[in-house]
Amino acid sequence: MDWQALRISASLALATAALLAVPGICLARWLAYSRRPWRVLVEASLTVPLILPPTVLGFYLLGVLGNSAPLGALYQRLVGAPLAFSFSGLLVASLVFNLPFTVMPMQRAFAAIAPDLLDAARTCGLSRWRTLWRIELPLAWPGVLTALIMTAAHTLGEFGVVLMVGGNIPGETRTIAIAIYDRVQAFEMDSAAHMSALLLVISLLALVVVSWLGSWQRSARGLL
Amino acid sequence: MLDVALSQQSPIPLAANFRCRAGELLALVGPSGAGKSTVLRAIAGLSRVREARISVGDECWQDSRDGRWLAPNARAVGMVFQNYALFPHLNVVDNVAEAIYRLPRVERRTRAMQTLATVGLEGLELRRPAQLSGGQMQRVALARALVREPRVLLLDEPFAAVDQMTRERLYEELAVLRTGLKIPVVLVTHSLHEAHLLADRMVVLRHGKTLQEGTPGEVLSRPATVEVARLVGFGNLFHSPVLANNADLGGLVVAWGGTEITLPAPRATAVGAQIAWGIAAGDVVVVKAARAAGEPGAVTLTLERAAALGDSVHLTLRTTIGRERLRAVVTKRFFERAGIAPGGPVTVELPREHMVVF
Repeated sequence: MDWQALRISASLALATAALLAVPGICLARWLAYSRRPWRVLVEASLTVPLILPPTVLGFYLLGVLGNSAPLGALYQRLVGAPLAFSFSGLLVASLVFNLPFTVMPMQRAFAAIAPDLLDAARTCGLSRWRTLWRIELPLAWPGVLTALIMTAAHTLGEFGVVLMVGGNIPGETRTIAIAIYDRVQAFEMDSAAHMSALLLVISLLALVVVSWLGSWQRSARGLL
Repeated sequence: MLDVALSQQSPIPLAANFRCRAGELLALVGPSGAGKSTVLRAIAGLSRVREARISVGDECWQDSRDGRWLAPNARAVGMVFQNYALFPHLNVVDNVAEAIYRLPRVERRTRAMQTLATVGLEGLELRRPAQLSGGQMQRVALARALVREPRVLLLDEPFAAVDQMTRERLYEELAVLRTGLKIPVVLVTHSLHEAHLLADRMVVLRHGKTLQEGTPGEVLSRPATVEVARLVGFGNLFHSPVLANNADLGGLVVAWGGTEITLPAPRATAVGAQIAWGIAAGDVVVVKAARAAGEPGAVTLTLERAAALGDSVHLTLRTTIGRERLRAVVTKRFFERAGIAPGGPVTVELPREHMVVF
């Protein structure tokens, strides 16, 4: 078991989910409620990472994060280290490719709130923040939590984008998915099997929790 | 005083103007798609109408001339939605207290409890909306709307989601409750019965346009146009040629079903022109068979159908010539005693004061 790779994967998964939570909620709400014509365009752009091959996405991200690109150059100037092939670069890439996994379930959760409830909140004098905090989030939280769990689980298993943007630097960018690939290449099947089993268990657990949240939400809606 | 003037061509055409005094209950009546709810939502600020002026007393909520527009949460409005829109995750007291969330927590709760007591919901404070009956949900929604001490109360078809028995009880409760309200109350309903029972005045809307405004009695018995007459189910609407414009009698003589009828003349009408006229079914006077036909203003018709509905009998009468149909309503007791039977003659009087010429 490559504990160092597991730690990096866990850190990447948690940081991605944590950093995407607030922007994900904002974007999901906007997509759920907006009637602007360009909403469809934003929604389509957001889902590009879902259908694009991870290596293609990784290739473009490498271009953006590299030292010759403005973002990479700025990071190099500020931090004194390259963004590509670093944990930070990996995190930026992870935020981009996980955006649809975070936003889509959240968007569905916000869209499922009856418009009358939001109108009632407005005629009750509730401010936007109060409506979000007291009405929307308590009604949408299973969807929000599902989104964050899916994001974290998806980050743990991501391979193509991670390899393209981060490479395979032990202690820096080698995630558990890369470590499994590495061990198979080295014919260390037992180690690969242990790590694969661990990822399988984590993924199954995540799906069980997501499924439970879905059924809880359905039964709660029936009761509410 | 609530003063509303709305006008736009799209997306929903609107041309509605009305006023509602403090303490008055005004019903917006019209068929589905008449724009009733849109008008109500515009008052609440939930829909933005292109040309609008909405003011309550000295406070202007919207005036498109100077671009003034207050957001819904800045308007002192209480609104009861058709399906009540109670917050499903909050209990009854929290649903009500949420509408006064800016007050200190203790005061918020006390006032919410007091308002719930005024609508008769003591003991149900900790229940969730899903654990309430339709009538109880409506009362929570009413308490939530009133706890803010709004300047206007808006009721969007509040009786549509409850059964008939509950509805009758809620009518009574609203009638009692509103006597203590010193604010304009606007009720949206498609039920004329509801408007007649509860409203001081009503506005008839169609395609977003105000067709008539008046007391329910006025509108139902003296519709201003043929369109309103049709919408309010006026009962008897006819088109007849003018035979004479009798200035001495102050009336128009028209041909109807082989006889001549004298109608009040609201305006000069040329002889030979077709005019629309009518009389509410409830205003037709059915005369006992014993009374001789041929008396001035009396017309004898044939009973085509008699439908007993509760304590009343709805009669469909037919003229011998022209086969015009006249509807009338009599009490069941009268019907049984008068010895009226389908196929038999029935004499009616059409009081001129109840006749409407369009």
